[in-house]
Amino acid sequence: MNGLITIYVPRDAAALAVGADAVARAVEAEARQRGDQVRIVRNGSRGLLWLEPLVEVVTDAGRVAYGPVAPADVPGLFEAGWLRGAPHDLCHGPTEQIPYLARQQRLTFARVGIIDPLSLADYAAHDGWRGLRRALELSPQQIIDEVKASGLRGRGGAAFPTGIKWQTVLGAEAAQKYIVCNADEGDSGTFSDRMLMEGDPCALIEGMAIAGLAVGATRGYIYVRSEYPHAIAALEAAIMLAEQAGWLGDDIQGSGRAFHLEVRKGAGAYICGEETSLLESLEGKRGLVRFKPPLPAIQGLFGQPTVVNNVISLATVPTILANGAKAYADYGMGRSLGTLPFQLAGNLRQGGLVERAFGLTLRELLYDFGGGSASGRPLRAVQVGGPLGAYLPESQWDIPLDYEAYAGVSAMVGHGGIVAFDDTVDLAHMARYAMEFCAIESCGKCTPCRIGSVRGTEVIDRIVAEPATRESQVVLLRDLCDTMLAGSLCALGGMAPYPVLSALNHFPEDFGLAPVPAAAAD
Amino acid sequence: MTRPTPLPPADFSVESSTPKARAALPAAQLAAVQAILSRHAGQPGSLLPVLHDVQDELGCIPPEAVSVIAQAMQLSRAEVHGVITFYPHYRSTPAGRHHIELCRAEACQSMGANALAAHAERRLSCHFKATSADGRYTLDPVYCLGLCAQSPAMMIDGQPYARLTPERFDAIVEQLDEVRA
Repeated sequence: MNGLITIYVPRDAAALAVGADAVARAVEAEARQRGDQVRIVRNGSRGLLWLEPLVEVVTDAGRVAYGPVAPADVPGLFEAGWLRGAPHDLCHGPTEQIPYLARQQRLTFARVGIIDPLSLADYAAHDGWRGLRRALELSPQQIIDEVKASGLRGRGGAAFPTGIKWQTVLGAEAAQKYIVCNADEGDSGTFSDRMLMEGDPCALIEGMAIAGLAVGATRGYIYVRSEYPHAIAALEAAIMLAEQAGWLGDDIQGSGRAFHLEVRKGAGAYICGEETSLLESLEGKRGLVRFKPPLPAIQGLFGQPTVVNNVISLATVPTILANGAKAYADYGMGRSLGTLPFQLAGNLRQGGLVERAFGLTLRELLYDFGGGSASGRPLRAVQVGGPLGAYLPESQWDIPLDYEAYAGVSAMVGHGGIVAFDDTVDLAHMARYAMEFCAIESCGKCTPCRIGSVRGTEVIDRIVAEPATRESQVVLLRDLCDTMLAGSLCALGGMAPYPVLSALNHFPEDFGLAPVPAAAAD
Repeated sequence: MTRPTPLPPADFSVESSTPKARAALPAAQLAAVQAILSRHAGQPGSLLPVLHDVQDELGCIPPEAVSVIAQAMQLSRAEVHGVITFYPHYRSTPAGRHHIELCRAEACQSMGANALAAHAERRLSCHFKATSADGRYTLDPVYCLGLCAQSPAMMIDGQPYARLTPERFDAIVEQLDEVRA
């Protein structure tokens, strides 16, 4: 074999969790033994997570994918001629042509899995810094107008228009303003923040710098959960590189404009994903939820005007600035414009990341992308939007994924996390778990959440165990849910009833109640 | 249906004025804590970063360190104690030789995490939120590692593992023991 061949072995935690480091070592050792010249690049993940570790070989015909590769497969792959892209049982052909990937619309994740996350040259060669360069030529109001026109809404789950939030902070007078990135991605079934931070950390840095220019903030914090050590390491390394190259610091690219970034590590509290709790935590306090108003945009971190945005919202801003608001707003439907990186998780054959415009259906995601259940059994329930999202029965799988359409059936798109369950799931157990999780993670400040969640688990236990009082306990549970929905201070207590009520409404047989008649199921 | 994980009992030991809580930190640990405090001096809202560094360096946040940290940061002991006990990540006693965090959240449950959790407790002879009698393992629940497409998942000493089965779990744990031996 002549010439240096580049081989990509992902460094994403999802690849490391199934042995990617051992595969990289095996590739290196085998190449050395055979006298082949290879250069191993540790990229992010392409998001085809059932194929991890997915190794790509750069050939004359582009990048060719092999996976899932185990260290024991490596000698055979060399033998088969994978350095030329030769066929093998594990070969999936050119990566870009794998249907799962080819059918996506990757805007926010355009670079993830393609570049070396810690190569600024790679980043720049793939459209990096174009958004920030343009932002440096615009006035703050022009930047915000562009973000408003794109229709971008908060990707953390609340879906508040990003541009309007920025406008409020721009209009607030203060000597010091802040940009805070909420990277406390604690919802089960979500991993897009993690994949982006590990696979393309500079996109987040660029988005935050643009936000800083837009609202006049010179300091930013990225609050990352402690469960994501690889994301923290990637961000810290990328921030150092960006500082050295003058994309962060006192004088961004000679513009005289300053922006400084710091990574802060969370400490295992789910509630700190709530924005005011996160701010308390950043200030060095217990993560107790704050009353609103005042909004963080007026009085946020250290009492100063603060933009708090999710990772995906901020990392989407560079592409909006680089390619224009219209190019982004051309995707999507209704008031849900652009794309969302959906995360297919749980009991699915082909779990992974699917970035698509709003408007596709759960059924398309579950079957066309997800390939049905991993267990081979029929799918029965799907939880969308994290632990506080509703369980959707099959009758609701054809509703377009759109913020308003989902809200219309008391469900939420949220952060785009989708957890599928097969027919062995016990929805009474999952409803009880939702209450239990709320009890474990409640900050304790408001009574409906702190006490209601504990009482909720007890009532569900009684419903399941005691047929004689079942009907009256169901009335009590609904009443309790109503109190939590209306009386909680934040979304934890205020939304924990959604999974509970959806389980009760759509899967009553799991609670020992009469099933929903087929005609009424819709 | 599996039994729910009971909530941990409240631990007020640090704030009680027992002789233990008032005892001084060993000199080496005190020096380490003071070095960490001076490193973070002037950093706004630095209590969490300080606590992370102390735990990373000493393996836990010893109750005796609370007053040292409080005094240096001009906080009350109650405030520091309140923060330490609010966040599940912080611990007041050292973990076992290996810290095993097994995900108990929905995606992992959809792929058999509840059965795996019961298996892990048996294999490690250790309940959740506890350390095995031989001091080898501390087993903690974790609510999502972001490996939800490859459930069930866990993290051991910061290393992620996914697509777990009871057999794969046992093999990984055995390897840990080999590395130590």
